[in-house]
Amino acid sequence: MSEAIKTDVLIIGAGPCGLFAVFELGLLDMKAHVIDILDKVGGQCAELYPEKPIYDIPGIPYITGQGICDSLMAQITPFGATFHLQEMVESIQKIGDPLFRIKTDRDKIFEVKVIVIAAGGGSFQPKRPPIPGIEAYENTSVFYSVRQLESFRNKRLLIVGGGDSALDWTLNLAPVASHLTLLHRRSDFRAAPDSVNKMMALVGEGKIDFVLGQVSVLQGEGGQIAKAIVKRTDGSAFEIACDALLPFFGLTMKLGPIASWGMDMKDGEYVLVDTAAFESSVPGIFAIGDINWYPGKLKLILSGFHEGALMAQKAYHYVYPGKRLVFQYTTSSTSLQKKLGVA
Amino acid sequence: MPKITYIDHQGTPRTVDGEIGSTVMETAIKNGVPGIEAECGGACACATCHVYVDDVWRPKVGDPSPMEEDMLDFGYDVKATSRLSCQIKVTGELDGLVVRTPERQA
Repeated sequence: MSEAIKTDVLIIGAGPCGLFAVFELGLLDMKAHVIDILDKVGGQCAELYPEKPIYDIPGIPYITGQGICDSLMAQITPFGATFHLQEMVESIQKIGDPLFRIKTDRDKIFEVKVIVIAAGGGSFQPKRPPIPGIEAYENTSVFYSVRQLESFRNKRLLIVGGGDSALDWTLNLAPVASHLTLLHRRSDFRAAPDSVNKMMALVGEGKIDFVLGQVSVLQGEGGQIAKAIVKRTDGSAFEIACDALLPFFGLTMKLGPIASWGMDMKDGEYVLVDTAAFESSVPGIFAIGDINWYPGKLKLILSGFHEGALMAQKAYHYVYPGKRLVFQYTTSSTSLQKKLGVA
Repeated sequence: MPKITYIDHQGTPRTVDGEIGSTVMETAIKNGVPGIEAECGGACACATCHVYVDDVWRPKVGDPSPMEEDMLDFGYDVKATSRLSCQIKVTGELDGLVVRTPERQA
């Protein structure tokens, strides 16, 4: 087991609220590490809405989802947070008062005094395609990601989807598989045109098949898929024999293990917090942004920013017990300006 | 106000008043019509407000944009009549529109 990373605060979720929490904590001299399941910072804003407009950030009449993430990253630069991307917290253990031991799905261990859950709608997970009974084959012969190319050598593969993941894996797995079929609902693709051209070239050379349709039924035994029944747009059906199915249907948000961390929840979906510090029922674990609930809660970025500011005030007393906290403005405080690198 | 009818997968119709300028998705959410989730809030960033547009209405409603087609890839049981209801604007012309909701959203 790896040695524990010891820091003041672990922020779970690198969306706008998680990023701004770095700022508020940093102003009060608390160091943060940030963990996120995505391969980039920005959460939903970067994953779902990078080009979409946001009109309700105070003082910014218009900004895009990606724009606000970029601005926040610039704003928190002085505080040097460490990011752990493509990683998810699996378990949290209370080992002090407060002191937490956190384990990730990559077996990383953190020891922190304060945890800030800023996980939005939960963690982004591959979307399960709407095929009845697909669960029975998952991780045996249905895979939502490719960890090792070799495990697919000499297998008959069926890849489903029209985005970059589907096309990239089609191109990468084509030389490895004994037979590869790419299945997509239509003849247009979301994926980069270059990948589509390369895929079409492989089809032209007779190296892979491309077929139009949607999987309606899977057949197999004991978790091992044997064939997929595919429906064409006109309703007629045909079979594709395969050893493994790789569906790439994008990402969806799932709450994940958060509900099992011992905090009081609202409807099993949101972390219940107080409105003085946005702390959960477990002292030292805070929740800000879309993941929390309190009377009057609004899922707005601006609310999440406010929640982060108040959270930091209370977190300070866990990180620096007994130390007095003087409230200061960035406009006039020399000490805050020093931290920001502008004084 | 244009009337919009939503028929769920069991065949139960619900007719509500739509506001001109809003969307077929927003009209459903505002009126508590079940069968439409709209997880992303109408940004054409998910496929959970998926509906089927009755054939007779298809010409008036029109075809999905390329971006919407991309999102429909993630929908459940997508057909030639599929649309994302957040991308259908309510107009006076659509008075009487009938859409069907799928058995489930993605």
